[in-house]
Amino acid sequence: MADTSSNDAFVEFERVQKSYDGETLVVKDLNLKMPKGEFLTMLGPSGSGKTTCLMMLAGFETATHGEIKLDGRPINNIPPHKRGIGMVFQNYALFPHMTINENLSFPLEVRKIGKSDREAKVKRALDMVEMGDFGGRRPAQLSGGQQQRIALARALVFEPELVLMDEPLGALDKQLREKMQFEITDLAHRLGITVVYVTHDQTEALTMSDRVAVFDDGRIQQIAPPDELYESPQNSFVAQFIGENNTLEGTVKELSENLALVELDDGEVIDCMPVNVNKVGDRTKVSIRPERVEFQKDRLQEGAHLLKATVKEFIYMGDVFRTRLSVAGNDDFIIKSRNAPDQVRLKPGEQIEIGWLPQDCRALDA
Amino acid sequence: MSDLKSTGPQTADAPTPEDALHEAAAYAAREQVHAPGGPADGPVLAADGTPLKRSLNRALRRQKMRALALIAPLLIFVLLTFIAPIADMLFRSVENQIVSETLPETVVALADWDSEAGAPPAEPVFAALYVDLFFAEAQKLHTRLGTRLNYEKTGVSSLFRKTGRRVGRFDTDTYTDQITALDPGWAEPATWVAMMQNNGNRAALPLTARAWDRWTAYLASEGDDPAKEDIEDVLFTTLYLDLVATGGSGAADARIAQAAAAVGGFETVTLSEQFAAADKDWLDPEVWGTIKAFAPNYTAGYFLNSVDMQKTPHGIEARPENQQIYMMLFKRTIFMSIMITLSCILLGYPVAWILANLPTRTANLLMILVLLPFWTSLLVRTSAWKVMLQQQGVINDTLVWLGIVADDSRLVMINNQFGTIVAMTHILLPFMILPLYSVMQTIQPTYLRAAKSLGATNWTAFWRVYFPQSVPGIGAGSILVFILSIGYYITPEIVGGTTGTFISNRIAYHISSSLNWGLAAALGSILLAVVMLLYWVYDKIVGIDNVKLG
Ligand SMILES: Nc1ncnc2c1ncn2[C@@H]1O[C@H](COP(=O)(O)OP(=O)(O)OP(=O)(O)O)[C@@H](O)[C@H]1O
Ligand SMILES: [Mg+2]
Repeated sequence: MADTSSNDAFVEFERVQKSYDGETLVVKDLNLKMPKGEFLTMLGPSGSGKTTCLMMLAGFETATHGEIKLDGRPINNIPPHKRGIGMVFQNYALFPHMTINENLSFPLEVRKIGKSDREAKVKRALDMVEMGDFGGRRPAQLSGGQQQRIALARALVFEPELVLMDEPLGALDKQLREKMQFEITDLAHRLGITVVYVTHDQTEALTMSDRVAVFDDGRIQQIAPPDELYESPQNSFVAQFIGENNTLEGTVKELSENLALVELDDGEVIDCMPVNVNKVGDRTKVSIRPERVEFQKDRLQEGAHLLKATVKEFIYMGDVFRTRLSVAGNDDFIIKSRNAPDQVRLKPGEQIEIGWLPQDCRALDA
Repeated sequence: MSDLKSTGPQTADAPTPEDALHEAAAYAAREQVHAPGGPADGPVLAADGTPLKRSLNRALRRQKMRALALIAPLLIFVLLTFIAPIADMLFRSVENQIVSETLPETVVALADWDSEAGAPPAEPVFAALYVDLFFAEAQKLHTRLGTRLNYEKTGVSSLFRKTGRRVGRFDTDTYTDQITALDPGWAEPATWVAMMQNNGNRAALPLTARAWDRWTAYLASEGDDPAKEDIEDVLFTTLYLDLVATGGSGAADARIAQAAAAVGGFETVTLSEQFAAADKDWLDPEVWGTIKAFAPNYTAGYFLNSVDMQKTPHGIEARPENQQIYMMLFKRTIFMSIMITLSCILLGYPVAWILANLPTRTANLLMILVLLPFWTSLLVRTSAWKVMLQQQGVINDTLVWLGIVADDSRLVMINNQFGTIVAMTHILLPFMILPLYSVMQTIQPTYLRAAKSLGATNWTAFWRVYFPQSVPGIGAGSILVFILSIGYYITPEIVGGTTGTFISNRIAYHISSSLNWGLAAALGSILLAVVMLLYWVYDKIVGIDNVKLG
């Protein structure tokens, strides 16, 4: 993906730490480089420090340690209003006492842009979000989705190069969300702006972003394009957090460059890809995606290790079948199979054998 | 605290008065939506076939009745203790029955007198006054009337008091003597009692009949029997006057006809001379003009007084320069109330801002400090200011000690406007801070952040984004403080001296010292009107639904 050599990094966090109370670090050692034009999503559970990072970038919080650079310049000492960063707040923060037009021309007025110019820009911004007819209304007279669009237009109207969005779609229903997700990415790409987007909805993160930074415990656990993140999680947190995931626990028996033999707790041995294990004898969590598990022998590689499984439950979900198995003492092992004419429908109580390609089974940290 | 026009969620199941209001408002809103170009196919029907509107109205009415029942105790309480006194006060400011009740004959007799002619009225008016004053003196009402008329013309009070002492000793016994000489029966009370029961006699002697009725009523109120009390000179005077006027025609008693035949040769008493002898002011047409001007039952006189005008026999005119005080007091009251409100805004706004932006725990702690003044007696706080500000007080002592002020030119900070404004600002400050605080609490900090992220400096963000949203708080606080201060009494009384007193101090003076309740009521009514006017202006400019208490 993007080349992140320090020369052309547009946004850069360098060993940034943040503490509110002087006792605990909310952000621990954050390092991040973003090229211009990238759509980066910060994804993570509640309280993992996403908003804090955004606020430090916007200038509303100061980093306790480390440096934040924008376009190569350190911005720690630039006040927020001089940073020229557009921001969409979670609750939109549209000024309730101003009309939509006034809201949009506010950033232009404080930049001392002439009246006619201002009106043209406001109109263009409103048209861009398809809200051209609503200029005379107050924010309270708009629906949530409309307010969201106005907030977006307001953050873009003064043509910032960097736009921050803090869970802007949190308050919308599913359908509107999906529509807005598309509109936001479309706009961002059309205008070529750099976006830092915060969410704790992983679907949103995966569908919208160029890269996703997974936050936990004040650290970036992994930063990668969506497909890489899903298919090659670097640790068990990311594996658990992104998408559905099966976990088996065990001990590394043999370790080579591309293959690790892991002995599960009930004595069975499986082939895995070593990702986050260092030596024989390490405890590990093995992660397999439900759709990568096979139970029809003809589809498996010769010599693959097989595991015995008991079918517990079969769930018909339309496009896929979801089957819950009991495997190696884990009763919540899920497999997913596509609903095709030749697909087998398993019945509860059935004894089967399952397997997978070694590269789909990742041995991660315990 | 709640929004004056709360829109909060209705959580309780029980109907509250607000419920009904909300429903009604919502209903009105729905109606408005449907009114223009509503469905053309007749009214919407409810499930039971009645028009939807009617069944909705019925449901609403029930709710409203329940709401009304809930607020009834308070409503009755307020009616009795607040609305009724105010109505009474408004009434007192125009009520003026004392003249026509105390001097009924005079008022009627004066109707034809021309106050512009420059001459005192004719003899019959004096005769009427003689009758009225006799009874007024008997009931000790003449001093009250004198006091009342003295508000309008100085000297009338002593005139009435002086004349009241003399009225029993007028030379009218001349008539008594001459009439009883004709027939000794006239001296018998029983004769009069019998005579006055006959309608023919009463018609022949109208003035006497009216005087007799007042006489018997007076005796009854004293617990005396008219048949046993000696007949007073005044009744013989009225008898004489009636006989001269009507000739006693139509009277049933022979005694009356006999007297009527004789009165032509009587020695007469000129009552105007009698009054002039008691006090020569009775010949002054101004006195009579005043009585005539205030004869009606209702008068604008109190209100005219309240705005430094007066009603004279010659019409409405300004009071003499040296008696003009109320307009100045009104202006001062309003000016100082505005100053107090402004200083409350200036001092209270930053405090409310800090309170609203602190963590709740700290804010609550500091809130106690704001509320602390409420827990100390008003008198104590005001007196404390006296100690602080007086010339030998703490502040002056400190300034002298620091050498900023010379010992012989200590600052005068109390018993003037400055002291009043300082003390009242302190006392009323919580009323500004509380609404400001609760409004500011609802302004989310993200608005300021949003403004800054859009490029506004701290000041612009505050002025363009935060301040407009806090205006409802300023409005609510200002209305509270202004209305409280415009009617404030204790503090200006204690620290106001002569230059710092308010109109309310004058009202209190008229209520408790000068006992001119009518004037006090008029002043109070004007104050009320001023407050309502300001409220109305505020509503026009800012909009009263913009006032938020939380
Ligand atoms: N102003 C503050 N003062 C003290 N602690 C704070 C403050 N703001 C946030 N925190 C703490 O910092 C941590 C990270 O907060 P942050 O708001 O960055 O989380 P987040 O990742 O945005 O979570 P969410 O998804 O719920 O919005 C949390 O533990 C929070 O309690
Ligand atoms: Mg957050």
